[in-house]
Amino acid sequence: MANLASDFIGIKSPNPFWLASAPPTDKEYNVRRAFDAGWGGVVWKTLGEDGPPIVNVNGPRYGAIWGADRRLLGLNNIELITDRPLQTNLDEMKRVKRDYPDHAIVASLMVPVNEDSWKAILERVAETGCDGVELNFGCPHGMSERGMGSAVGQVPDYVQQVAEWCKKHTDLPVIVKLTPNITDIRKPAQAAKDGGADAVSLINTINSITGVDLDIFAPEPTIDGKGAHGGYCGPAVKPIALNMVAEIARSPELRSLPISGIGGVTTWKDAAEFMALGAGNVQVCTAAMTYGFKIVQEMISGLSQFMDEKGLTSTSELVGRAVPNLSDWQHLNLNYVTKARIDQDLCIKCGRCYAACEDTSHQAISMSEDRVFEVIDAECVACNLCVNVCPVEGCITMEELAPGAIDERTGKVVEEEYANWTTHPNNPGACAAE
Amino acid sequence: MTDNALTPGIASGRLDPETYTENFSDLHPPLDDHEALVAADRCYFCHDAPCITACPTAIDIPLFIRQIATGTPEAAAETILNQNILGGMCARVCPTETLCEEACVRELAEGKPVLIGQLQRYATDTLMEQDVHPFARAEATGKRIAVVGAGPAGLACAHRLAMKGHDVTLFDGHDKPGGLNEYGIAAYKTVGGFAEREVEWLLGIGGIVVETGKRLGRDLDMTQLREDHDAVFLGVGLGGVNALALDGEDRDGVRDAVDFIADLRQADDLSALPVGRDVVVIGGGMTAIDAAVQARLLGALNVTLVYRRGRDRMNASVYEQDLAASKGVRIITNASPRAVHGNGSVREVEFEYTEDDLTPTGQTFRLPADQVFRAIGQTLQGDDLPELDGRKIAVTGAGRTSLDGVWAGGDCAAGGDDLTVTAVAEGRDAAEDIHSKLMPQAG
Repeated sequence: MANLASDFIGIKSPNPFWLASAPPTDKEYNVRRAFDAGWGGVVWKTLGEDGPPIVNVNGPRYGAIWGADRRLLGLNNIELITDRPLQTNLDEMKRVKRDYPDHAIVASLMVPVNEDSWKAILERVAETGCDGVELNFGCPHGMSERGMGSAVGQVPDYVQQVAEWCKKHTDLPVIVKLTPNITDIRKPAQAAKDGGADAVSLINTINSITGVDLDIFAPEPTIDGKGAHGGYCGPAVKPIALNMVAEIARSPELRSLPISGIGGVTTWKDAAEFMALGAGNVQVCTAAMTYGFKIVQEMISGLSQFMDEKGLTSTSELVGRAVPNLSDWQHLNLNYVTKARIDQDLCIKCGRCYAACEDTSHQAISMSEDRVFEVIDAECVACNLCVNVCPVEGCITMEELAPGAIDERTGKVVEEEYANWTTHPNNPGACAAE
Repeated sequence: MTDNALTPGIASGRLDPETYTENFSDLHPPLDDHEALVAADRCYFCHDAPCITACPTAIDIPLFIRQIATGTPEAAAETILNQNILGGMCARVCPTETLCEEACVRELAEGKPVLIGQLQRYATDTLMEQDVHPFARAEATGKRIAVVGAGPAGLACAHRLAMKGHDVTLFDGHDKPGGLNEYGIAAYKTVGGFAEREVEWLLGIGGIVVETGKRLGRDLDMTQLREDHDAVFLGVGLGGVNALALDGEDRDGVRDAVDFIADLRQADDLSALPVGRDVVVIGGGMTAIDAAVQARLLGALNVTLVYRRGRDRMNASVYEQDLAASKGVRIITNASPRAVHGNGSVREVEFEYTEDDLTPTGQTFRLPADQVFRAIGQTLQGDDLPELDGRKIAVTGAGRTSLDGVWAGGDCAAGGDDLTVTAVAEGRDAAEDIHSKLMPQAG
């Protein structure tokens, strides 16, 4: 069985599955149970300045969207950082770390943007024996209105400044947690790196409104008739998170910056995908909030089996393996020609491919009187929409036309050589092939 | 309890009261809101969906299921009822396993179709529970139309005509309207007086006067009907029951399955309804199954359904055959009745094994029986009818008969399956045809 032991910027944990800083890691009771269940590490629920703790709303803190059978697909939250006294949290962290020395405990921090505040809390946190700190520059709700969370993460200069202070005042590894509520994720990532941060973690939650109560015309979740945007997370955000992780991982300037991947990780497969796109480990929240801590057992067994099947002996061999295959559109091979193929034995004759292609795509599927659906090669642009809407896995596939074959749509012979837009004759800026 | 399952002869009160209630409860309990959403989500919203084609009333099934899935079962009900005003009953009694659900692509894919029938019931029940009638009458036309027979065909015809603004008189020979919905369908398929409620709800459109106790040929005269009305629709069903033509058929204990079912449907107290200990049902259609299953549910110890040809020739669907078997009905095929034995009352029925083409084999056997139900088909009754095609009223197009101004539909008309849903389609289509004939300017 593959060894899942993880070393992320020097922080060791029995596996790469950490619980993200969030409600599940708010207190000792939960964290002990999480470690007992098999989680490799936790990022403790964000700590704020000493003094009277923040307060939360007393109405709903979460909203959600669901798929079939009420499967939770996306969660939105307006909960703030920990609302328990700082010392209580610190005492608990210390006890848990003492009892679980092999598991990772990282302190998530959020204090106002001044050096004294950061210095003060870093000193307190260091006493717990925790393994590192994560700077919460991500939360998009509530705290951002007070100049913290994503209000910092959206300004690269602040990110860099705070990272510098933290590196100056602690020896612990510093992870900067990034907000996705920006235009180019590489900018704050670069700022974190320039500030000396050891790693970034992303994504934090996305500004969101999960729905509108159409009886009272109020956004959800609704607190006494009003709603405020919350932070969106869960399976629905995974594609956005994967892209942001990958953008950093493939950036030449940021390539060496370790990444802790966050955003909709629900299964071992999600975790493997994040890691393949450059994440050194993953952090999980919504999946645990939906199903409980036990899901980590599936993540452990699944990732182990996958690594065994691929002949990978440590997680570091997985990290970044898909990054070289992430390209810009302009470098995609325009001589790669595929056509949709419908397996008539698997087809259940629902006609969804036909409706999709006929109404919204390229009219490249024919339908006979007796509901036989066939691809018209002369029209098929290989858009893949039929594959995406087909309810039968593997029924419609995209098959490559071999070099030398004729593409009936264009009438051209499929070329063997790679050629992309940069050299295409239709590109006004094309350079001649050399 | 004085009588029980072992009591010989025909006796009532064979079961304890709770068992009666349990036995005659809903065959398929209604879906709750969440179950409906889960079931609705399985629909693929097929293009030109096969289920629509398979539905005799061509209900837009993917659309109504999507309307359920998006939280508007009332709109779903309207989609259904627009095509099939008796969508509530059809949701309960349609052999969906040979219609929409057989055509469902998920039946092909997984052998588990979308629960179309149950979803249809969910939608129509939701609307009917709100006592909403979603259709309004068009401006009055002044045309008067007689609809004879208040079964599914007549009801559908009357409703559509009333909606078009015509004044309808709906006649029926029974005490209550509803036809086979009220008198002829197994009780566990339509519990809680649904048939009666549905008729009341349907009449909510207005413009329909119901006259019960009026039977064509007894209380109504065809010539008079035609004189008094601008059009006549016949949906009189099949009032007669075929005889076995056997020695001893007149012995006590031998009766028509349809009468047994009607008695059961109208019974206030099932424990007062007598049933034999050893019951033999002769026939292979839905009526035979309904009688056999209900005899078992009433407490008959041994119920045997005997059909003269092979199983594949039975009119009852495989689903219904399986249902009967699951309730403990023994099905014997390839056996024709030869004699009813007994002394005053039936004691045994003698059968002879017969090939699929009814060639006798010479091998006979006897089944003990203290009650025998005939269910070998029904026939059209009455004189003064339009021309027949075989044993039913000949029709062309949307139910036009040989008599000018007279339409027919449902079981009494030739062609089509004798299903509730087919009758609804025929009644509806005849109404549209009557309307276009009477109101040519309406197009």
